Amino acid sequence: MELLDKLNILADAAKYDAACTSSGLDRSARPGTIGSTMMAGCCHSFSADGRCVTLLKVLQTNFCVYDCQYCVNRRSNDVPRAAFTPEELCELTMSFYRRNYIEGLFLSSAVIQSPDYTTELMIRTLRILREVHRFGGYVHAKAIPGADPLLTRRLGLLADRMSVNIELPSSPSLALLAPDKKKEAILTPMAQIRDGISESKREVAVYRHAPRFAPAGQSTQMIVGATPESDKHILTLTQALYDRYQLKRVFYSAYMPVSSSPLLPVAENFKPPLLREHRLYQADWLLRYYHFRAEEILDEDQPDLDPRMDPKCCWALRHLEFFPVEVNRADYESLLRVPGLGVRSARRILRARRVGPLNFEGLKRLGVVLKRAQYFLTCSGRMMAGLRVSEDGLLRHLVALEAPALAEPMPEQLSLFGDAG
Amino acid sequence: MPWTQISCQYDGTYPGFLSCVFDCYVNKEEPVEFRTPDDTCCSLYPLRTVVTDQEHAKRVYRSFAKFGAEGQRLAVRAFLTCLPDKELWLWRLIRLGYQLGPKIGQNLTDPVVDKVRKAVWHLEHEAHQYKGFTRFSELDGVLAGEIEPKNRVLPLLRAHFCGRYPQESFVLHDRTHREALFHQPGAGNCAILPVEDFSLGPAGAEELACRKLWRAFYDTIAIEGRYNPKCRMTNMPKRYWAMMTEFQEDYGAALPEVHTLPSGPQ
Repeated sequence: MELLDKLNILADAAKYDAACTSSGLDRSARPGTIGSTMMAGCCHSFSADGRCVTLLKVLQTNFCVYDCQYCVNRRSNDVPRAAFTPEELCELTMSFYRRNYIEGLFLSSAVIQSPDYTTELMIRTLRILREVHRFGGYVHAKAIPGADPLLTRRLGLLADRMSVNIELPSSPSLALLAPDKKKEAILTPMAQIRDGISESKREVAVYRHAPRFAPAGQSTQMIVGATPESDKHILTLTQALYDRYQLKRVFYSAYMPVSSSPLLPVAENFKPPLLREHRLYQADWLLRYYHFRAEEILDEDQPDLDPRMDPKCCWALRHLEFFPVEVNRADYESLLRVPGLGVRSARRILRARRVGPLNFEGLKRLGVVLKRAQYFLTCSGRMMAGLRVSEDGLLRHLVALEAPALAEPMPEQLSLFGDAG
Repeated sequence: MPWTQISCQYDGTYPGFLSCVFDCYVNKEEPVEFRTPDDTCCSLYPLRTVVTDQEHAKRVYRSFAKFGAEGQRLAVRAFLTCLPDKELWLWRLIRLGYQLGPKIGQNLTDPVVDKVRKAVWHLEHEAHQYKGFTRFSELDGVLAGEIEPKNRVLPLLRAHFCGRYPQESFVLHDRTHREALFHQPGAGNCAILPVEDFSLGPAGAEELACRKLWRAFYDTIAIEGRYNPKCRMTNMPKRYWAMMTEFQEDYGAALPEVHTLPSGPQ
């Protein structure tokens, strides 16, 4: 089989993995090596679906022994199968990397023969890449649940970031759709990676040449919309993953109909829940950067995120007693709670107000999006001039702000000569 | 007594500009416009021609340390931006900097600081995007690439690409400003030089094969059910596309001759 065909098959099989980041680690190339990584990560392109392309995202192989219903690579699915040899995958990565097409390699795999065998194959690839080609760029490796802990450890010593996919948000869903995978089998390597990372950090603090285990941390992903869990359930789970497993990121992937299994939503006319995914990411950002807790964002009365408005606006409307916030006095945490103020603008406000009091004109200069924030802020005790809104009006205004972006059907050019029949 | 208003003529380089700052302070003169010898338009203000003096320039450059880390960054980088009348804005920033000292980095609501800060942000943002969107082609063992930036991003890209490919020889050509970054293996073998004419031979078979593989990967990785051209254009504006391998047909040429943008999905 030609390399081109293999690339087509194995990139196609890997594309449903949402994680494509190259962040979390600063490393420059040493003489004799090639490749560096950046703390902020770097997008090298954007595909037609608007997602960032930063790593060469491929599977080692798509031959699989499992039969997970939601997965395009399941054993019972009739698709072309292929496998990269470690050598050709390394050649490919290097030729792309030298031309600045990619930031590194994202290596995942379906389970061929057994988890151990698959992991060994991946280790061989990464060893050639690191030791023969002396590659210092970013490597993201998927840990295969069920593999021997020693093999997972060796994989982690070669990779920068590791991930184990939690796949579905609850164990009943997992039992239903992925009968070969158990929740424990997923969480065990996750805990192992967490412990490996913290141990490696301690060792590096003592001896700077100590081997680094997954220095850019670990992430995970789950599929949203294939099973009936509420947003509250998903967010609580996410928070637990951040708290207990110290993950860098949790990715959500709106379910794409890749299977006609009776256990899954019907494929015809199925719209992937992209807006729900978007709202979940917004809520995820609130958890990670805005000091919110999952219980604040959603509760029993309101188990799902409001599609009309972002979660921070929703929170603000339920807690009007918290507002208005005084720009010139409020602390960082309170500023972060204001809709329209992000981490950057909040930091800029802290810096700018040391020089003198801020007014609305100044806020605009700082880059604060006043169309949302104006309802929740005072500058030196005054609201924005000419602004008078009731509580009902506030909801309407905020919903209207997002409405243009949410207009679902794309306008179509009318045709004079409609299709006959 | 207010300073005399003058029109300042210099050679268009950064040391030249710093010499202007030096001379203006010595003579107590306030420049209201900056010109290079190429500017043909005449001025109503008395013209002062400043001869570049490296020693004076260095003194002014070192004095930027008084502005604090943030202020210093603005004063050094603003000259690379594409801000109209950047010299004048930079002059105002420098005057303000000598008055305020390190506080200038916090004075974000000041119109001058704001203007310069946004221009520098644009420069840094563009440089960051080019870290990803630059494409190299291999020609006889040398990597060659071209970019068409609005700001002068090469000085900002230098550390990145030299740090990434220490063992490679590469050239990165900036079409807009007619200069190129050259690098050869070995520490410190790296320079940005003006380039008048930039052309290369045809691409080899291996290079063409690699481009084909990359295009195949790029087309495959998109999920049809999530097709979202607007999101792609927001993240990667079309002005970058012309230079990117994934949007090119095979010309067999070393680097594509670009006159118009390829017609992507609208």
